[in-house]
Amino acid sequence: MAREKSSKDNAQALFHSLRSAYAATPVNLKIIDLYVGFAIFTALIQVVYMASVGSFPFNSFLSGVLSCVGTAVLAVCLRIQVNKENKEFKDLPPERAFADFVLCNLVLHLVIMNFLG
Amino acid sequence: MLADICTRCLTAKTSPQKGRISLTFTEMARSLAGFLVLVLVVSICEGASLFQPISDSHRSAALELFTLDHGSFESLEETYEALRTFQILGMEKKPDVTAAACRSISETVGSSSSTPKDLFYALKANSIAECKIHEKASKGIISSLNAAVRGASSLLDFYYSVGGLVLIKDQNSKDDIHLVDAEGVFRSVKAFSQSDGRWRYSSNNPESSAFAAGIALETLAGIVSLASSELDQSLINTLKNDISKLFDSIEKYDDGTLYFNDKLVDGHEYQGPLSTTSSVLRGLTAFAAVTTGNLNLPGDKILGLAKFFLGIGVPGDAKDFFYQIDALACLESNRVPIPLILSLPSTVLSLTKKDSLKVRVTTVFGSNAPPLAVKLVGAFSSRSKDASLVEIQELKFDQVSGLHILNDLPESIDVGSYTFVFEVVLQEAEDEMVYVTGSQTKVSIFVTGLIKIENSEIVILDNDLGSIESQKKLDLAGKNAASLLANHLQKLRLSFQLTTPRGHAFKPHQAFLKLRHESEVEHIFVVGNSGKQFELVLNFLGLVEKFFYLSGKYDMELTVGDAAMENSLLVAIGHIELDLPEAPEKAPRPPPQPVDPYSRYGPKAEITHIFRAPEKRPPQELSLAFLGLTILPLLGFLIGLVRLGVNMKNFPTKPVPATFGVLFHLGIGAVLLLYVFFWLKLDLFQTLKMLGFLGVFLVFVGHGVLSHLAAASAKLKSA
Repeated sequence: MAREKSSKDNAQALFHSLRSAYAATPVNLKIIDLYVGFAIFTALIQVVYMASVGSFPFNSFLSGVLSCVGTAVLAVCLRIQVNKENKEFKDLPPERAFADFVLCNLVLHLVIMNFLG
Repeated sequence: MLADICTRCLTAKTSPQKGRISLTFTEMARSLAGFLVLVLVVSICEGASLFQPISDSHRSAALELFTLDHGSFESLEETYEALRTFQILGMEKKPDVTAAACRSISETVGSSSSTPKDLFYALKANSIAECKIHEKASKGIISSLNAAVRGASSLLDFYYSVGGLVLIKDQNSKDDIHLVDAEGVFRSVKAFSQSDGRWRYSSNNPESSAFAAGIALETLAGIVSLASSELDQSLINTLKNDISKLFDSIEKYDDGTLYFNDKLVDGHEYQGPLSTTSSVLRGLTAFAAVTTGNLNLPGDKILGLAKFFLGIGVPGDAKDFFYQIDALACLESNRVPIPLILSLPSTVLSLTKKDSLKVRVTTVFGSNAPPLAVKLVGAFSSRSKDASLVEIQELKFDQVSGLHILNDLPESIDVGSYTFVFEVVLQEAEDEMVYVTGSQTKVSIFVTGLIKIENSEIVILDNDLGSIESQKKLDLAGKNAASLLANHLQKLRLSFQLTTPRGHAFKPHQAFLKLRHESEVEHIFVVGNSGKQFELVLNFLGLVEKFFYLSGKYDMELTVGDAAMENSLLVAIGHIELDLPEAPEKAPRPPPQPVDPYSRYGPKAEITHIFRAPEKRPPQELSLAFLGLTILPLLGFLIGLVRLGVNMKNFPTKPVPATFGVLFHLGIGAVLLLYVFFWLKLDLFQTLKMLGFLGVFLVFVGHGVLSHLAAASAKLKSA
């Protein structure tokens, strides 16, 4: 009983600490995180749809899911590069990273639109 | 066969093993014997062909071949050929043909630009059609032909001009037309001759031909008839020498026909044997008409030439028809010995109908021959090649039908194939100079008759003892329904006797017994013979495997046939129930029977194409609902952004970077719009093209705004 309670307490404490730590992140990173969440959520909805009605135009399903996943991945890369606490990308100006993000997204979406059918 | 012998000789020489050489020698001996038989048969067969004289079938063919094409013939040459053929065959002159001929003749004769060749053929046609030619026109013709003779340089020039003058002299009997310097013209034509009897066409053309020789002889004959005074006799004698040399070059076919032929040098100039021989005969006859004394042409050669023309039968081409008929008419013209042809109305005789042997001797045109006798000097068959089966006898002449008849065939002539040898003997001594009959004539005769089939029976025998189990007599002329039983331990014996009308043994071409099982599997056995007795013994013990172990009912059918047999038969004898043992594992299966071809090769069942069923699509409402659901995260994102407090404070305020910024966003928007269009209607290449432009634009603009922002934040950092 005590252990249960302590594990529940531990989980709650962990959760709270995470929340407070997260609140400390800069706003632009939060924007990027939100964007990633949005993309993943969209992918999930598409997967649920496919699971319910079947994968008939399979290429459309793939292009939809991959566009979400791809853009999420690119956003993650952007977040890594823009994060000031990341020593590896100290010399890289965040505008440059953003330009890369935009370019890669445009290429990704061209491919996705071609595959959409 | 010769090649076979040669290759075997070579293998005998090169093979080292003795055993092989001895085998080769026996094979050689056998092939040599076969070769000798072949030579003998060929020597008997040589000359055993029948030549029929010209008959009504020729006349009807002539009517079909020589037809007017749009009211006239193609050329004057063809007009003349048609008229001459009808004249020789004794056919009535058709008014439309004569009218057409007269039209072309008067056209040619009236025109001043006609060549000697045209005038020649016009006059030739006129000699038969007998159209009127005006005085003035004929005078014009004479003068132009005379000029042509003077200016002639080639053989054909001389031929047409001299020939034309001869024809017009015959048609206008009042004008006395003569050749100026006949001897000179004669010599110039003679200059074209060659030592082998052939003639050249002109002095610069070295090719010589027998056809040209015929033309030259005709021309020279024309010159002799047009000469005002007697020509030098020595010239004519040299010509007789040339003729005999020409006859030395005569060629021969296997059936005894003779012909003249030229070497094939140039396709255009080549005249085949028919036209060459016809031309030579025409020349010879024309020359014989103008010379006194005999040409001394060998009679057998004349007969050979006549047989050549008769051997063609009825030609299918108008020109060939003309050559044949014209040449044969020359042979009947009394200038050369007249050949007499021996022909038979029928070469197949039936002993049953008591046919008599009928022989007819006529000229080539079927006219009556002088009094003569026909003797049958020999009859040979494949069995007796040297000894004649009949004695020499004379055939009786029937005045009414004009046939020589032998009423009853001698007893020694049985059914089968024979070669009869006839000899024609002229009864008046003076006819020997005028007519030529040739020595013996060989004709193939086929004799048929009824073959007696006797003592036919079918017997089932017990194998071990040979005792008769069951016996059935057969009537092969009528219906039979023998029903027999046998098992594999027994034998079947079929026997009958065949006798010819003369009482000899007879071996037919076909003597088969066919056994057909219910499942359509058939077996055929040849019935062997010794003399008159034909017997077939089927030992079922040995035949079990051949019959594929099929027991059951077999239908029996007997075939006895031969060309000489008038009562060849194919009869069903009955059926036999065969009891054969069971087939072992490894026994061969009977061959598959032929399938009804329509079922195998006929049309097959129609195939209807089954199209791929379209995929099941979800109901439209569900899809739209999920579309709405997909928009939700976007809304969530936007709400989240607002909650985070996004703002546009960092947007550049200075005009240049501001425009860059605006353009940057617009550029991205344009690219996304382009993608939407790409999905809707554009193709990849158009998109890429547009994207190229937009991308370059975007790079510039983006670089501008972002570098400005970077500089601004760097300034902030350092400050």
